[in-house]
Amino acid sequence: MELLEGEEELIHSEVDSIFQEFTPERENLIPVLQETQKRLKYLPKLAMQKIAEKIGIPEVDVYSVATFYNQFRLYPPGKNQIKVCMGTACHMMGGHIILESFERRLGIKEGETTPDREFSLERVACVGCCALAPVVVVNDKVEPKVSPIRVDGILLSYEIEKKLEEKEKDAEEEGKSQ
Amino acid sequence: MSKEVKIIIDGKEIKAREGEKLLWVALDNGIYIPHLCAKRDAEKPDASCRLCFVEVEGMPNPVTSCTLPVKDGMVVRTRTPRVDRLVSTAFELLLSNHRLGCGKCPKNRSCELQTIAKERGLKLKLTRLRPLERDLPVDDSPQGFIYDPSRCVLCGQCVWVCHNKVGVGAIGFVRRGIERKMATFGEVPLAESRCTQCGECVEVCPVGALTKKEEDEKQAESA
Ligand code: SF4
Ligand code: SF4
Ligand code: FES
Ligand code: FES
Repeated sequence: MELLEGEEELIHSEVDSIFQEFTPERENLIPVLQETQKRLKYLPKLAMQKIAEKIGIPEVDVYSVATFYNQFRLYPPGKNQIKVCMGTACHMMGGHIILESFERRLGIKEGETTPDREFSLERVACVGCCALAPVVVVNDKVEPKVSPIRVDGILLSYEIEKKLEEKEKDAEEEGKSQ
Repeated sequence: MSKEVKIIIDGKEIKAREGEKLLWVALDNGIYIPHLCAKRDAEKPDASCRLCFVEVEGMPNPVTSCTLPVKDGMVVRTRTPRVDRLVSTAFELLLSNHRLGCGKCPKNRSCELQTIAKERGLKLKLTRLRPLERDLPVDDSPQGFIYDPSRCVLCGQCVWVCHNKVGVGAIGFVRRGIERKMATFGEVPLAESRCTQCGECVEVCPVGALTKKEEDEKQAESA
């Protein structure tokens, strides 16, 4: 994942400040990772490397822990967060086919984020509306009875939204410059 | 030096150092117990492969010999119906996650899985479980060796050596459950990691997951 402008500096300053609260010991690895994720919304590679260096352990040991626990994410949350339900009902109704459709369409795997950070894709357990299976939740909006064709529709609506926003922005800027 | 004790394994009297782990005492005395994950010099055994079970008189259940310190007068049996059942299940579980195909493997005839199968009369194929198909790319980026994750049995020998003997710490276990695998930081190829390509991990891999390129070539020629 490429870092955004200014993100590198942010990672350095946040990790440095976290180690003002925690002593650099191996026992603190998990709390430090939790705090890092709280502040940065994910665990960038650079942050993991820096944490490893501070604690004095190989970076792969930090990566081991970060990939072991579900609570850690290695990719930033997208502007639009897609959650595909993999609860029992949705699984039976083909939830994994829906997940695969999103993976193919976005060119990323479950747990990842598109390089432009527009979309992130995750699997979640039952979201509580099994009658509508298979269910997808985008941001906070529930999409019922999703079919692979509907996947394209869902993504398209957010892409159109983005284009509209961009147009508005351009228009505003033009307005300003005149 | 800890005191010398006498124990009995399969009816044979054996001298050992008190506190030494039973697995090593047995192996040093020519008694084979299946094992993959145990490291002789490690402080704390992982006990993750679940192959080294034995029964000890006075203990209600079979125990892993790699974690069991010997005590004077201990009476051990390496083969009992309960032990055999545990070992055959653990063994098949390992195989379900291991791409079989000894004929094409450079480790053919020097592989620990083959040794276990031979010693315990187990089959090198699945009878009860379905294979777990994982399409994992082979890493041939190092100069002298190849890493084929589909053959890895997650014993941790390579990880331990790289951390504790070589002192580099280029590799570790990542992810969990059926996705668990040995990998580098960020899962990049070895040549792009901090690996110095010393080759020590290749020496300790008990199966065909880490192999020397020259042996792979020899294998390809003879096949
Ligand atoms: S070749 Fe050496 S440095 Fe590289 S992973 Fe193996 S043991 Fe570690
Ligand atoms: S690569 Fe070999 S030594 Fe390393 S964990 Fe896998 S089987 Fe064990
Ligand atoms: S299983 Fe998907 S909503 Fe219940
Ligand atoms: S050698 Fe004892 S559990 Fe692996």
